[in-house]
Amino acid sequence: MEKKVLLENIQTLDFMALDLHLYLNTHPRDFEALQMYNRVVASCDKCRSYYETTFGPLCSYRSAGLPNWTWSSEAWPWEAPERGDEDVDL
Amino acid sequence: MWIYERKLEFPVSIKKTDPKLAMYIMDQFTGTDGELTAAIKYLNQRFSMVTSEAISTLNDIGTEELAHIELIGSIVHQLTCGADSFDSLRNRFYRNFRGINVNFLSSGDPITDLYEDMAAEQRSRTAYENLLEIIDDPDVEAPISFLREREIVHFQRFGECLDIVRKHLEKSGMGRI
Repeated sequence: MEKKVLLENIQTLDFMALDLHLYLNTHPRDFEALQMYNRVVASCDKCRSYYETTFGPLCSYRSAGLPNWTWSSEAWPWEAPERGDEDVDL
Repeated sequence: MWIYERKLEFPVSIKKTDPKLAMYIMDQFTGTDGELTAAIKYLNQRFSMVTSEAISTLNDIGTEELAHIELIGSIVHQLTCGADSFDSLRNRFYRNFRGINVNFLSSGDPITDLYEDMAAEQRSRTAYENLLEIIDDPDVEAPISFLREREIVHFQRFGECLDIVRKHLEKSGMGRI
């Protein structure tokens, strides 16, 4: 799977997990939500581990068995996409 | 302790430079109701909060706000970067915002803190709605709308915490009207 698509999947699943996580803090006895949370986190773990073995580490000091140190040289998530020579409104 | 994950909470991919818009959005970074204030405030309020529900909520919403600082930072970064000539503008821009004057401390009162947090989430939601009024670029609109929705969810969770904490204080004889 393409790197960007895989990362978007992880973003989506992680967001579902985060939102359910916040809900469960104030509804700890909602078993249905807990089951959904467990399912979402398990599928995200699979995606994350596939991503990390294919494209390199996602989390600081959480990946082992790295063949090269790519953490410092990889693109950062806040970097801007390529842009053309449009007029800019200053 | 926190772990950095190499991705944004919501994708930001802005193709058009717009430093003026960045200037308006910057207030959601460092302003009194900005994401930076929210993160540090919630994480500090954990220490004097009561009930497992409210403490974990402050912990986890505080953590999510750290990701929102990164989101706002990415939006501002992408709106102000582009040609080299923008670099000086960007430096000037950040210098203007060097001073941050906000109170990060907790009141020490769980009820006061939760009311304060609910109000802050609403003020921030309004600020995002005002921004959405002036945003034309869909690349900027998407992450700003996402952040606006999060304010609503956080408000909801803090409201539930307020009910839980109030019941807890009444039960333990520390309740107030």
